[in-house]
Amino acid sequence: MSVTPISKVVTANDLRSGEVIYLRFPHSWTPELSKASVITDDDLAQAGLAFAKGQANVVVGAYLSDVVAEIDGPKASHFRDTFRSTGPSNYRHGKQEI
Amino acid sequence: MYQYSNFDHEFVAQRVAQFRAQVARRLDGSLSEEEFKPLRLMNGLYLQLHAYMLRVAIPYGTLNGRQMDQLATIAERWDKDYGHFTTRQNIQFNWPKLEDVPDILQALADVEMHAIQTSGNTIRNVTADHFAGAAADEIADPRPIAELIRQWSTDHPEFQFLPRKFKIAVTGSPHDRAVTQAHDIGLRMTLQDGLRGFEVIVGGGLGRTPMIGKTLSPFVPLEDILPYLEAVVSTYNLLGRRDNKYKARIKITTHEHGIDDIKHRVETKFVKIKPLFTGEDMHILKEIERHFEPPNFKPAKPPVEAISTTSQPPAFRAWLDTNITPHKVPGYAIVSVSLKKPGATPGDASAAQMRALADIARDFGHDELRISNEQNVILPHVHRADLPQVYHALRQADLATANIGLISDIIACPGMDYCALATARSIPVAQQIATRFHALKLEHDIGPLKLKISGCVNACGHHHVGHIGILGLEKAGVESYQITLGGDAGEEAEIGTHAGPGFGADQIVPAIERLILGYLHLRANETESFLEAYRRLGLAPFKALLYPQEKKAA
Repeated sequence: MSVTPISKVVTANDLRSGEVIYLRFPHSWTPELSKASVITDDDLAQAGLAFAKGQANVVVGAYLSDVVAEIDGPKASHFRDTFRSTGPSNYRHGKQEI
Repeated sequence: MYQYSNFDHEFVAQRVAQFRAQVARRLDGSLSEEEFKPLRLMNGLYLQLHAYMLRVAIPYGTLNGRQMDQLATIAERWDKDYGHFTTRQNIQFNWPKLEDVPDILQALADVEMHAIQTSGNTIRNVTADHFAGAAADEIADPRPIAELIRQWSTDHPEFQFLPRKFKIAVTGSPHDRAVTQAHDIGLRMTLQDGLRGFEVIVGGGLGRTPMIGKTLSPFVPLEDILPYLEAVVSTYNLLGRRDNKYKARIKITTHEHGIDDIKHRVETKFVKIKPLFTGEDMHILKEIERHFEPPNFKPAKPPVEAISTTSQPPAFRAWLDTNITPHKVPGYAIVSVSLKKPGATPGDASAAQMRALADIARDFGHDELRISNEQNVILPHVHRADLPQVYHALRQADLATANIGLISDIIACPGMDYCALATARSIPVAQQIATRFHALKLEHDIGPLKLKISGCVNACGHHHVGHIGILGLEKAGVESYQITLGGDAGEEAEIGTHAGPGFGADQIVPAIERLILGYLHLRANETESFLEAYRRLGLAPFKALLYPQEKKAA
């Protein structure tokens, strides 16, 4: 029986704006979860997290977030991370602003 | 209302300058996040789910038109055109950028406001009855003592690192609108032999271990109140647990040691402290009281009854029925402005609405506004002859919702739409319940009902003391909502009883609808409120309404 590997992304908040951002390998950040680098390797995940934590002047509160890899990009596994990736449900603010 | 002294101005200006330098050092890398976090929290700046959040204190819920205008300016210039009024008489801005916060704090200082001690393990914003200075049932205005406590507790060197946060609420009325029994200290003004003093209640609080406060002293004379408070907080500072943050609040200290032991320690401490207070505090209080002189009320010249005759439009009469409270001065009324339009976010006001409220307060309300712990805005002093114009102006600003104290006047914390601590969303549940009952046109038939929603066990939405409380949690990877029944925030405060298993996000509104429609059949008559019916009948019939399948299975 095959076990689906747990996919992860590195996420944090932008130090200046507070916006939720995701790591794109090797060294850039994107506000869109769909463009984040999906990691299935533990060592790589830890390396990504270490890189994020080393960027103390750019990001804050970095952590590894579980995702499900889908055709149009990763989707958050937990509803909290889903809300982080989309924005609040009462106004079209944050990532929902055009 | 209180106007800053030179000392206040200098202190707040210094703090703004300090924080400006701290932000600059964080941005240039001189400060790590670990070093910066306690500094930003001391100034009310949190990092939430999507952005920073700035929590601004509105001391004892009082502000004037100029201050409300400035909050609107902050919302327009540095945020997204709105602010969120909270259950602690604060306002929260949900989208400030870090580098803008020093400018926001300066804008607040310009109108004698600040965000100091709106976070951290300190004495937080002192809250008070939102009808203070206007209520017909009031012994005296509790805000001068609240302001004295604000001055005493702000930057108090002994109390900057308490075991946990510390909340004080004050009321001058026997009818408790300030939820004093759910605070670390609750002060209730009383009279003894014609002298003013306070019943001191300690160890109340909601959160994961809800407790109703216990009376530490039935009467502390006014001149002893500050040394007595200092004795209480000092006792807690030494005795409170620092090994476990969930057991660090004074409610747990009181529970573990017993009220008699706490009382003995406080009174021993008080005897030592009292001689150090040489009367300067009462001198300062006298000065403060001058700032809270009542406005020059207009005589009650037009017939007061004229505005409530049946010749008025029905919508205006409905608003008069729900949103007006008797004032202590004949000819005047207290107007509660609902921030709970069905479908809107409870407690949110747009910048335009804030400006409208400021204008109305200036034109018709002696330039006074209050924020209630139920997330509404109060115009405390409106001449009854002006009520039609006030209603018209509120209506123009989409602020004339007639639902104060009804089921759609819901308290809701920001929940997981914003809050980093939340375990589920609160706002959509409040929106759906309010919209549903508005559509059913049953609100007025249902009558007085306090529905309160929290998005986690920390209970910012006061769900424990709602007649109906809803607590949002995570269960098996999805949002789940538990219901408590029979809570009460008033002078007979009670913690609600957990009704049973939680409901999914798509089941919570139908569950509340079953509960309410069932209550309409259970009540003895049309005047028996939900809470009265619950107290008469107990949990069982209401539980049967919530869980009909269990009844069938039995």
